[in-house]
Amino acid sequence: MLSCPEPSLPARPDPWTALRAHTPARIALGRAGGSLPTAARLDFLLAHARARDAVQAILDAEALGRDLGAAGIAHARAATGATDRATYLARPDLGRRFAQDSRDALAARHGDWANCDLAVIVSDGLSAPAAQRHAVPTLQPLLARLTAAGWRVAPVLLVPFARVKLQDELGTLLRCRLSLVLLGERPGLGAPDSLGAYLTFGPGAGRTDADRNCLSNIRPEGLPPTAAAARLADLLLAAARLGRSGTGLKEDTALAGDTVLSLPAP
Amino acid sequence: MARWSLAVGARRHSFHDLRELLAKATPPRSGDVLAGLAAASAEERVAAQACLADVPLALFLSEPLIPPETDEVSRLILAQHDPAAFRPVAGLTVGQLREWLLRYETDDATLAALAPGLTPEMAAAVAKLMANQDLILVARKRRVVTRFRSTVGLPGRLSFRLQPNHPTDDPTGITAALVDGLLYGCGDAVLGINPATDNVGAVQNLLSLLDRVITRYGIPTQSCVLAHVTTQLEALRRGAPVDLVFQSIAGTEAANRSFGVNLSLLAEARAAALALGRGGSQVMYFETGQGSALSADAHHGVDQQTCEARAYAVARAFEPFLVNSVVGFIGPEYLRDGREIIRAGLEDHFCGKLLGLPMGVDVCHTNHAEADQDDMDTLLTLLGVAGCNYFMGVPGADDVMLGYQSTSFHDAQYLRQVLGLRPAPEFEAWLERMGLARDGRLLPVAPDHALLP
Repeated sequence: MLSCPEPSLPARPDPWTALRAHTPARIALGRAGGSLPTAARLDFLLAHARARDAVQAILDAEALGRDLGAAGIAHARAATGATDRATYLARPDLGRRFAQDSRDALAARHGDWANCDLAVIVSDGLSAPAAQRHAVPTLQPLLARLTAAGWRVAPVLLVPFARVKLQDELGTLLRCRLSLVLLGERPGLGAPDSLGAYLTFGPGAGRTDADRNCLSNIRPEGLPPTAAAARLADLLLAAARLGRSGTGLKEDTALAGDTVLSLPAP
Repeated sequence: MARWSLAVGARRHSFHDLRELLAKATPPRSGDVLAGLAAASAEERVAAQACLADVPLALFLSEPLIPPETDEVSRLILAQHDPAAFRPVAGLTVGQLREWLLRYETDDATLAALAPGLTPEMAAAVAKLMANQDLILVARKRRVVTRFRSTVGLPGRLSFRLQPNHPTDDPTGITAALVDGLLYGCGDAVLGINPATDNVGAVQNLLSLLDRVITRYGIPTQSCVLAHVTTQLEALRRGAPVDLVFQSIAGTEAANRSFGVNLSLLAEARAAALALGRGGSQVMYFETGQGSALSADAHHGVDQQTCEARAYAVARAFEPFLVNSVVGFIGPEYLRDGREIIRAGLEDHFCGKLLGLPMGVDVCHTNHAEADQDDMDTLLTLLGVAGCNYFMGVPGADDVMLGYQSTSFHDAQYLRQVLGLRPAPEFEAWLERMGLARDGRLLPVAPDHALLP
């Protein structure tokens, strides 16, 4: 019987696959010549397909409202000028402003709403799954700690198709000291459900990204929601104490300050 | 009253000022539509291009697009302008400048001499009249060479930034990606980390990590942690080993303010890095990208490609080692799809080179844009042909911290193979010394290689 020699395989594995344990990055992929092996290429295509699907996903606002209610968090609904996904992607200006009826309703609010310490927006942004899964686990410990510190927090506004700057208009309408927005970040290949948090002291029309502090990649595999809540509380309390946020508020002043300025905000 | 108008058949297209003319002459992109500046029809766009072709270059000097009284970038542009360098083209129109650039006689030396005589607005204007092949041909003539520990931009060379980002800045995770990139022959432009956390302590730790890797293995390259410039400055003051100082910049004073910077802060940062004496005089690394001024509501009615070219005036004031447009990062509201990203990438590289910058490009896209990795392959190849100084090397093209797709270590192997390009000479010698590459090919890596744990 003829022996059949093992044909030499055309792709060469990398002898450092053990390093993969230390990073979610696509390392030690191997190579065919200098190019990507077929399996690694197919992995990438699948991840890209999933991220594309996450961008198109629709927020289930009813379900998110029920989750907020179950967590004992007062909330209400509002709308921006963007009414569908395609418009939201093409017209960021519409996501930065409330729809007229929402604006009128907010301007007429008194009692629990006006002159509070903090106003909060939750939105799908660029990833509905991010808001759906991680907004409540982040808000619950955060609001508990702020309330314990004596803060008055307005009911959380659930606003589909919002951009970061919507927090400035909310701050103006409610005359609050600080505003915070939690919204889905642009989905990465391995992270279709990252939540981002942006906070602003003295929110208003003239504020820019340099006036905000940001925590990103909030999800169990990245910055877990409870850890994010603790750092957001530190930042908010420091911002209130110092009377500023953004580039003027760093680690040393907040214990855990983050600003992401090389990135355009969603 | 219309300054320019053109009859096309039964219709007359009119343009009232330079800003309007430039914006409407721009090849289509979503950001100009968003800003309400774009041509209303394809015919109006070509009419604007025809009018723009007849505009004398000198008009850009007498009619600033954004008043210098209210914008320090406009003041910088006027202060930078060198009339002697401008003289060879001073009598030309925008359309004639295109032809002058395309002449056989216009070579690297001619273009180098011209650069101080051109304003960003002139560069942007001529780009609007150029075909993609024109943008490639002229940019390819121009080599802008910079030096730190490696030499980037030489003819026949192509460099890569090694971008070993990690979602939580975990040092072991970053080191794993660093090792992966080095073993794949990347990192000759810079070892550059985008930190997840912009705070001084974290930046200090990352800078120390990169410095230890560079020193231990004798790698002829330089490091950078792309935090906000104020964070890097504070880390530097506390003794961190800063090679290159990074900052994102834009083309208007107000847009730079939204980034938390101005010209004097950049000058302060450069002076601090120079005082460390770790390299030569080129110690700055800038990133830019079309759409940032509009995103900050700071574009003054100027189209996004012209705003981008103005950012290059800011960059060249500080003699940078590296400059790259992050061309597809900003999202589909500014560059809608692969086609717009490709066009913008070619424009940015061309304008940067024309203005004398050591241009690289982060060829990239996000998951909410109508683009995919095949579009990136196309732009990467075109820019390789155009003589781009460097690209990004991200493991598997997937940046797990920033959440976007760029170019990979494997892409470096691809482009160097198809175009016969080699890494920076010092780095190439290091790769050979380490037994990692020879004659443009990667060598098999032994499991006990010095770079492996």
